[in-house]
Amino acid sequence: MVQELKFQVRESLEKNILEVEQVAMAFGGLMALINQNFRVKKGIIKAIIGPNGAGKTTLFNVITGFFPPTEGTIRFKGQAIEHLKAHDIASRGLSRTFQTVELFDNMTVLENVMVGCHTRIRSSFLATGFKLPQVKRKENKIKEKAMDILEFINLKDKFNEPADSLPLGEQKLLEIGRGLATQPDLLCLDEPVAGLNETETQVASSLIRLIREKGITVLLVEHDMKVVMDLSDEIMVLNYGEKIAEGPPEQVQNDPKVIEAYLGGED
Amino acid sequence: MEKITFATQLLQYLITGLTIGSIYAMVALGFIIIYNVTEIINFAQGEFVVLGGLVMVVFHVSAGLPLVIAFPATVVLVMLVGILLDRLAIRPIRKPSVLTLIIATIAASILMKGVAMVIWGKDPFDLQAFSGRDPISFFGAIIQPQYLWVIGFLILITISLSIFFNSTIIGKAMRACADNPDAASLVGIDTKKMILLSFALSAAIGAIAGIIVTPISLMEYDRGVSLAIKGFGAAILGGLGSFPGAILGGLIMGTIESFGAGLISSAYKDAFALIVLLAVLFFKPSGLLGSVEISKMKRF
Repeated sequence: MVQELKFQVRESLEKNILEVEQVAMAFGGLMALINQNFRVKKGIIKAIIGPNGAGKTTLFNVITGFFPPTEGTIRFKGQAIEHLKAHDIASRGLSRTFQTVELFDNMTVLENVMVGCHTRIRSSFLATGFKLPQVKRKENKIKEKAMDILEFINLKDKFNEPADSLPLGEQKLLEIGRGLATQPDLLCLDEPVAGLNETETQVASSLIRLIREKGITVLLVEHDMKVVMDLSDEIMVLNYGEKIAEGPPEQVQNDPKVIEAYLGGED
Repeated sequence: MEKITFATQLLQYLITGLTIGSIYAMVALGFIIIYNVTEIINFAQGEFVVLGGLVMVVFHVSAGLPLVIAFPATVVLVMLVGILLDRLAIRPIRKPSVLTLIIATIAASILMKGVAMVIWGKDPFDLQAFSGRDPISFFGAIIQPQYLWVIGFLILITISLSIFFNSTIIGKAMRACADNPDAASLVGIDTKKMILLSFALSAAIGAIAGIIVTPISLMEYDRGVSLAIKGFGAAILGGLGSFPGAILGGLIMGTIESFGAGLISSAYKDAFALIVLLAVLFFKPSGLLGSVEISKMKRF
């Protein structure tokens, strides 16, 4: 029995990058998340969908350490992270973007990505303060890496422009690029195509697919059903803070509960 | 003996003004470094300057350490005080509002002033000028060598800060914190560490200002408040949050003060700078180099 359990644990460790168990989040009397249990398998794109106010963004905020959960355990790469601060979680390889773009507006496109590389360089303040040639070398290395990422997200030409001068579509790409700069194992994208036009949406979608091909797991909150059905390997549906369905796209699409709660009304 | 003409007199006021203005600029820079990361106006900024001067007196005059050792030692010690200020007065406050934190810095400044009085007494202290006190004649105006040190240090600090904030990853991380704290923690930047660093950096600049100004104007325990007011005025004048603005604001404040004292009356020397400050606030509330957009977004 014990042996079997141990085996299960090890197996789940190898397969799942994120495990959410019994997580609940209450704001005063309001239960934003109720008894959340789910896993994210390594290497897939998983989407979380649900009507407005279903708790999707709250779930992201809890996973990425912006709010500590009221109850429950969150394990990332096998280690509990629910008590950690956001910056700690980020440096362990869990990165995210925001629903409303949150860039460093006063910095250039390149600098935004360079700051993203910050987590991966552990250097003491004194070392950077007094060894100028070394600083310069490190700085150049980071710059190169950041330029590679800009090339990947197709923003290389605009590296020197202020971040807030980009159109929304490119700001969203840049935010993803900054997330990639932290070298994440899991990237959480909060509505990556919201507000984008058709072309921009296609660009973002193919970028997300490329990210999965690089071996980075993607967890996605999105309202655009076409994008969700197109991209996701697995879908989870929330309603009023509760999970009402989970599975591959076709299965979720045909789930009567989902149709009632979410897809219903309109079609 | 050269004849003192009105023109040389004006030149003299300008040079004195730029010197004292450089000190105000350094105080203003100290304000802005902390303000940009935390939105706190650190009213203990003037105390860093006082401590810089007084600690230097202990190391250099009393203990007899050579300048090149006493100088960095003083800066490091005052940096430690800055770090303690953050750890003991700022960080422990639960659910802080910006206003609460500002009041905490006022409390800290009163405490530091009291401690300085107990340690050093109420007498002003002098410090040897770095390269003697033989005045240099410059088109009839008289320049103390120490003036050049002051202006030189302002240039040095300006260059170092611009390298730090623009070309090092830690400097960028600090700017990122100021820009968007949520996004900063998301990329793994520890905002608390950056706040600590901002206090240490401000303290260091304050200490440098204190060390270099003491040979010119002496230093006593209660000079912090007036320095803080002038430095704060300079920061507002230039546009709170802007580095070039702080430097420009400081130099303008110093120059106006010097001309006012020379041409009208030295009794009102503090008033001139503050009148100009008020005028700027009436006509361009965002300061000379501040943007209106940014000043609207700020909570303070």
